[in-house]
Amino acid sequence: MFNSYTESLAVFFGINVLMAFSVYLPSSAGLISLGQGGFMAIGAYTSALLTAKDVPFALALAAGAAVAALIGVLVAAPAVRIRGIYLIIATLGFGEIVRILFINLEFAGGASGLSGIRPLTTLWYVVGVCFFVGLCLWRLRTLTLGRAILAVHEDETAAEAMGIKLLQTKLIAFGGGAAIAGLAGGLFAHYALFIDPEQFGFSRSAEAFLFVVLGGSGNPLGPVIGAAVVTLLPEVLRFLQDWRMSFFAVLLIGCAIWRPGGLVAARPPSRL
Amino acid sequence: MSDAPLLDVTGVGVTYGGYVALDDVSCRVVENSIHALIGPNGAGKTTLFNVVSGLVKPESGSLQFRERQYTGLRPDQILVMGIARNFQQVRLFPVLSVIENVMVGCHSRLPRTSFRDFVLGPLGRDKVDRLARERAAEMLDLVEYRGDTKAPPSQMTLVDQRRIEIARALASDPQLLLLDEPAAGMNPAEASQLSEIIRKIRGLGRTVLLVEHNTRMVFSLADEVTVLSAGKIIASGPPSAVKSDSAVVTAYLGNV
Repeated sequence: MFNSYTESLAVFFGINVLMAFSVYLPSSAGLISLGQGGFMAIGAYTSALLTAKDVPFALALAAGAAVAALIGVLVAAPAVRIRGIYLIIATLGFGEIVRILFINLEFAGGASGLSGIRPLTTLWYVVGVCFFVGLCLWRLRTLTLGRAILAVHEDETAAEAMGIKLLQTKLIAFGGGAAIAGLAGGLFAHYALFIDPEQFGFSRSAEAFLFVVLGGSGNPLGPVIGAAVVTLLPEVLRFLQDWRMSFFAVLLIGCAIWRPGGLVAARPPSRL
Repeated sequence: MSDAPLLDVTGVGVTYGGYVALDDVSCRVVENSIHALIGPNGAGKTTLFNVVSGLVKPESGSLQFRERQYTGLRPDQILVMGIARNFQQVRLFPVLSVIENVMVGCHSRLPRTSFRDFVLGPLGRDKVDRLARERAAEMLDLVEYRGDTKAPPSQMTLVDQRRIEIARALASDPQLLLLDEPAAGMNPAEASQLSEIIRKIRGLGRTVLLVEHNTRMVFSLADEVTVLSAGKIIASGPPSAVKSDSAVVTAYLGNV
């Protein structure tokens, strides 16, 4: 049905969609993270080390997500008290700490990485996880938690005065984003079959952030479109050869000028 | 009902930098009354609201609600306890629709969404969502909001936005409702309609603490009036007594 090129493209697209979701969820509570690569690394290493011990794949993936979420909450508990640019810097620092931690973890392969990971990720696995996460995020909008997250984003003081627990809401949003990045990491590890700390560095985090900025953070479709453009467009533009990435850069600047809110506009409340 | 007041503010002091916003302020709000707080601009009325609702921590003094000390609680805990408020500058959530804004007010009184509700929600079978929607619609009805409930609040007039905000506060089922200048920007007809709504809210067994500059509205509506000036309480009592108090006339009302 697919040749190996389109299949790998589809798998990496799916993993990127998850990374985009992992930025989207905390960002809808006003928490911008530039450290999602770190959570992806935690999910990737946790699940890869577990499947090496013959733990079933689904369980290993869930464990990777859970460990990422736990660390996400631990990191966020002090970090969500700061806002805006300071939180971005804190998460950026976190991503670097995780990268350097894995370089120094001997049992995880250190700087030379972890190889011989079992090929357990299939395209349908990725599609299934993407749909599951996407549906949960879409559903969130009409739940009390989803409304609370948006209210916190809009006006913290008014949200708190209306009985919303600020810290708890932010921790759920941030921990949820970390869990999704952990899932993406687990799927990535069992498809790439080799992981090293450099794969989850700043460029990975920045890329995930870019998906959401480009696609728009108003609803879950935005990150999907953002991930699609960033993942697939460079492939489509191959005919431009050396000018490929330059064209891509121009396109991004164009988006910033003409669609500053992202490619997908926020769903207006009137349609709900 | 006991003789103890619903809200008992004792000796509250707040300073911003060197500026004394509230100086040893004490105030008792009787259950099921309409209690008005008046005074010139900068007298500290909004600061007192912020203290009572937990947005500002007082440096001294204590707060009691239903004879229970609550000084130092977070605003969300205070709301759950039964005190809700609006804001002088309307603070609705722009990305949420009118009805969703009011639904946020219900959050503290809603049960948890069950797994079944989570799955069946898209089929319109989310019980928690239905409960919140019904309650929100009821509150919008109570404040006589007649506009579109699914539009963003920014499309509404200021008067309607104030109504929505009161509905949002009421949705949390408060025993004490704090209204900060709800009639600001309203014409006389709208203000008297608002007076009726406030009486209706009191009729439901709730207590209203009201900051308002519209003195005609205050004196016709309130059971009790407290006058603040420069961070101090200068008079407190039934409207007829306060109206003729010489200190109040000098500081605020002027000679009519």
